[in-house]
Amino acid sequence: MTAQTRAPRKKTGQKTAAAQDSTSGANTVQDSAKLLDFYREMVLIRRFEERTARAYTQALIGGYCHLNLGEEAAVVGLTSAMRDSDYLFTNYREHGYALARGIDPNEVMAELYGRADGVSKGWGGSMHMFDVDKRMLGGYGIVGGQIPLATGAALAIDYRGEDDVVVCTMGDGTTNIGAFHESLNIAALWNLPCVFVIINNKLGMGTTVDKASAEPDLYKRASAYRMPSERVDGLDPIAVAEASQRAMDSARAGKPFLLEIMTERLRGHSVVDPAKYRPADEVAALKDLDPVHMFADRLKKDGVLDDEKIAKIDEEVMAVVAEAAEFAEKSPFPDVSTLFDYTYATPVPNDSRRLPGQPLFDPAPALNEGAAK
Amino acid sequence: MSIMTYRQALHDTLRAEMLRDENVFLMGEEIGVFEGSYKITAGMLAEFGEKRVRDTPIAEEGFTGAAIGAAMLGLRPVVELMTINFSLIALDQIVNHAAKIYGMFGGQSKVPMVIRTPGGGGQQLGATHSQNIELYYAFVPGMKVVAPSTPADAKALLLASIRDDDPVLFLENLALYNTKGEVPDDDTPAVIGKAKVAREGKDLTLIGYSRMAYVARQVAEQLAESDGLDIEVVDLMSLRPLDRDTVIESVKKTHAAVILEDDWLTYGIGAEIAASISDGAFDYLDAPVRRVAMAEVPMPYSKPLETAALPSADDVKNAIRQTLDAVGRRR
Repeated sequence: MTAQTRAPRKKTGQKTAAAQDSTSGANTVQDSAKLLDFYREMVLIRRFEERTARAYTQALIGGYCHLNLGEEAAVVGLTSAMRDSDYLFTNYREHGYALARGIDPNEVMAELYGRADGVSKGWGGSMHMFDVDKRMLGGYGIVGGQIPLATGAALAIDYRGEDDVVVCTMGDGTTNIGAFHESLNIAALWNLPCVFVIINNKLGMGTTVDKASAEPDLYKRASAYRMPSERVDGLDPIAVAEASQRAMDSARAGKPFLLEIMTERLRGHSVVDPAKYRPADEVAALKDLDPVHMFADRLKKDGVLDDEKIAKIDEEVMAVVAEAAEFAEKSPFPDVSTLFDYTYATPVPNDSRRLPGQPLFDPAPALNEGAAK
Repeated sequence: MSIMTYRQALHDTLRAEMLRDENVFLMGEEIGVFEGSYKITAGMLAEFGEKRVRDTPIAEEGFTGAAIGAAMLGLRPVVELMTINFSLIALDQIVNHAAKIYGMFGGQSKVPMVIRTPGGGGQQLGATHSQNIELYYAFVPGMKVVAPSTPADAKALLLASIRDDDPVLFLENLALYNTKGEVPDDDTPAVIGKAKVAREGKDLTLIGYSRMAYVARQVAEQLAESDGLDIEVVDLMSLRPLDRDTVIESVKKTHAAVILEDDWLTYGIGAEIAASISDGAFDYLDAPVRRVAMAEVPMPYSKPLETAALPSADDVKNAIRQTLDAVGRRR
């Protein structure tokens, strides 16, 4: 891997035609079984998120809820390049990543429902999924909060001489916060095995990238740290998988990498955002920029997929999602007696276990007697 | 006088101050095109343009610091931090710079700026999005921290904050934005540093600010109805400076106090109030000062846990009844 920032492979990643040339790359994903796996996983994320949106409107899910709709190819392509033992840090738009890392959809949905069987036991919700076994070390709600943590996890790997890689995803808006620049600098200085991934859907809530970033070609920001970087079409899971493999190889060899994946946000910033600030033509164009449909069309053209298989996959996935919703609904809420279970890892004297209505001290006995009279 | 929401009062006041003084301008994330995460700045970009309504990158430390610098040159920036949780990223600029510059340079440079930001739990937003950490700023000399609980006070305190020559943290609350109340038409600013007696009573003093002052007024009315109690409500309005005199005068009259907080108890603002009452009205107290505050845990997402962690109206009522029982004064 060169230490220099690469030129972008394409000007933008949103054109469907451009996806084809990526199949001639060095790390070509051509195995049709693998392509079908990609498709199935993308459909799972799509259907899961649609079910999530419905459950939110039914008030079965609360708080903030951000969906991966439009990001399916990016999620699937990126995680396909990760080993099971690699780590993932991500942000609050993370349900799809949890699924793609192999976390049981039942547990992901139960978390969204705030139930005891949820992947974070109901404590985290939509924004805070965590699974030690699957090495998903958290969805984080503070923009940029996960980046120093990921850098530190990479430090631990390097410290112990292991060969795992940390993948840290973030939105395009996150590249403007100090923690991004501080972390990339540290990772590059210390040659840490970390892949920083910008999921560029071109919108930080309602703010476009060019309104927020003086260098809107975000992958170029790596050049300030002499870190290799690349931009890839995030609507094409194969292109993403190949670029991600290059990034992972670089990081595993001790050269941290910045990967910019160009995606679309098919809905609002969160479930409750109608995104009225987006121009009508831009919203209309999204119809042709749906990664799930685009990939299906392509696989059909390549003879890997047909309408019958599409229907079958959809049916299978819908069953998985329906089961997840049913599981979540049946799962119990965490018991209130567990409220103080996770304040400290090491038990400590005088840890407050006072409920809001409880006094610090019982009334003095003399006063009680007085009251009785 | 007109009836409007807390949100509308903030919006109208911001707009009026923008029209009044061209040095007033707005900065923050999503305040322009998106019209504000909680729509306080709706329509402002269209009316005032990008020069005065500035959408910022997600860079709290950067744009809050930039507001401080602009204020040093005499502008009057009003910064919106999307929630008070995100103010932590700007903590250094606020505490080490905004609050220090006037004193550290011997009074040569004022920092006339406002940081508007909402606190508030109870919306299932989890551990990092449910905090009420105004305490961190109320701790710091040089900062002013105000926390209105009604639409009228929101207007009067925002007027005062924008016209003030010091950095003011203006605390809003997610749960208050849709509450309604009468708002005077005239633009008389409040006096920062003054509490008010929001309801007169003689049995017990109930103290709160922001959402908890709203809860206090509700509970006082309910207890008048259900228990025949006559509760006095003190709305602190300003956390720094703190109007201890109004609290002490009330407690001298009622001889009992309960303090409401929306966040953790230990080292909280209620602790400061309780200590002040001990200092200033010890001989007048008939019962220990009681605090009602959140359970001391990172806020869980799951609804039953969150509900258990937050003070409820019943918790407040029970604390009041127990306090009065402790001195045998309940009717």
